Amino acid sequence: MIRDWVSPHRIGLLLVALGVVIWAAVSMRWDWIPRYAGLGLEGIWRTLWLLALSLLIGGALAVPLGLAQAAGPAFLALPARWFCTVIRGTPLLLQLWLIYFGLGSLFPQFPSIRQSELWPYLRQAWPYALLALSLSYAGYEGEVMRGAFKSVPQGQLEAGRAFGLSRFAVLRRIWLPQALARALPTLGGEAILQLKATPLVATITVIEIYAVASRVRQDTFIIYEPLLLLALIYMAIAGVIALGFRWLERRFTRGLG
Amino acid sequence: MLDWLFQTWPGLEASAALLSLEPPGWGGNLLRGALNSVIIALGAFTLGCVIGIFGALGKLSGGPVTRDLLSIYTTVVRAVPELVLILLLYYAGTDLLNQFLRLLGYRPIEISGLAAGIGVLGIVQGAYATEVLRGAIQSVQRGQTEAARAFGMTPFQTFRRITFPAMLPLALPGLSNLWLIATKDTALLAIVGFSELTLETRQAAGSTRAYFTFFLAAGALYLIMTLVSGRIFGWIEARYRRGQAGARA
Repeated sequence: MIRDWVSPHRIGLLLVALGVVIWAAVSMRWDWIPRYAGLGLEGIWRTLWLLALSLLIGGALAVPLGLAQAAGPAFLALPARWFCTVIRGTPLLLQLWLIYFGLGSLFPQFPSIRQSELWPYLRQAWPYALLALSLSYAGYEGEVMRGAFKSVPQGQLEAGRAFGLSRFAVLRRIWLPQALARALPTLGGEAILQLKATPLVATITVIEIYAVASRVRQDTFIIYEPLLLLALIYMAIAGVIALGFRWLERRFTRGLG
Repeated sequence: MLDWLFQTWPGLEASAALLSLEPPGWGGNLLRGALNSVIIALGAFTLGCVIGIFGALGKLSGGPVTRDLLSIYTTVVRAVPELVLILLLYYAGTDLLNQFLRLLGYRPIEISGLAAGIGVLGIVQGAYATEVLRGAIQSVQRGQTEAARAFGMTPFQTFRRITFPAMLPLALPGLSNLWLIATKDTALLAIVGFSELTLETRQAAGSTRAYFTFFLAAGALYLIMTLVSGRIFGWIEARYRRGQAGARA
């Protein structure tokens, strides 16, 4: 491993990379960073919680979606399959705009919604962003979970039933844990894809990190520096996600043959 | 039939009028946008496949420096949002091209949205295609290429006659996935102002305030594109798998 890193061409490449970094630090403009640091941190925080919440909600929706397709009766399986097909067959940007502009123009027409306690939230953009991101993740993951549920050997479920476990207990203790463990590598990749989908919410006025970078560009007319820093930030987050899922995989796939 | 439908569903006639192809309706704009989307997706997918073939060959049989550079390319593209890459490559690409032209003594030019969209999405697709094709080429048995070499074929002949046809059925599921991503990624060009389907839809919806009508219609158009191309890829896959024993999906 270490020897890989000190082979001559790697050292050469590292020196080139170091040179590029030094050149970028010296001759590019970074003086805007202190002014926008606070805004940037808020943006990163908003990106992170949008990502985390949409992964949680979408993941929770994906389990019944996958289960309905893998083992459900036709009146549940068909709608679940259609939901996944429609979500996966249309761009997220379109879904986001449909939800934000469509629902957003529909809701104010009903006085009962305007007077409800949810209205202060429904007037903001982030609930729509969260809804669109969660539904999209649920659509993609429902498909993944369908395959995962199907890949658990039938004999295990039968053994559970033979031990006198109820159908729900079989699902909770045998079927779901094994399906999740099998889906983990795919879920990790999908989580990074979801991270890459978050900047779309900037188009409906949610100020996350991409929107902050766009604002720097518009305020200062500096083009490359904010975008490069933004790319670095996304790469760092993606790296953390990849490491996290690798740890989860090591931890939870030990028992799988 | 139609009258009966309009009577039972009062909003439908207004929606149909909004979507009609003649100028008061916006259907023509939507279809033009859809055509633009398909052209960009086709161009980007083709460019991506070309980059992918060279990238995969470089990763498998290139020198150490080529391999490292290619893995930087695929890692960066797969970790940074497409939207950021589109902006970076668009600005950087126009800048570099114009500086190059200035060196040669030409006047700077404005790059068309179509060319820029195809170029940028193609570079993004190329990174994914590199990985797909690398996996497919790797799973072609060594004995087959060695036999080809033993028959005296040049490396290029070996690739064209043996490796390429043998890896194609293995690569097709991944490539069909990439094509679907390409059609959906064209929507991102709406944000940089290129008038493909999503942007046309938003303009139509914004000026008529009929958001649901237009967004649902555009969704149906995208769905038709993806379902039809899924069917086509299914045919192609069935065709190229014919010779393979026991390799049914």
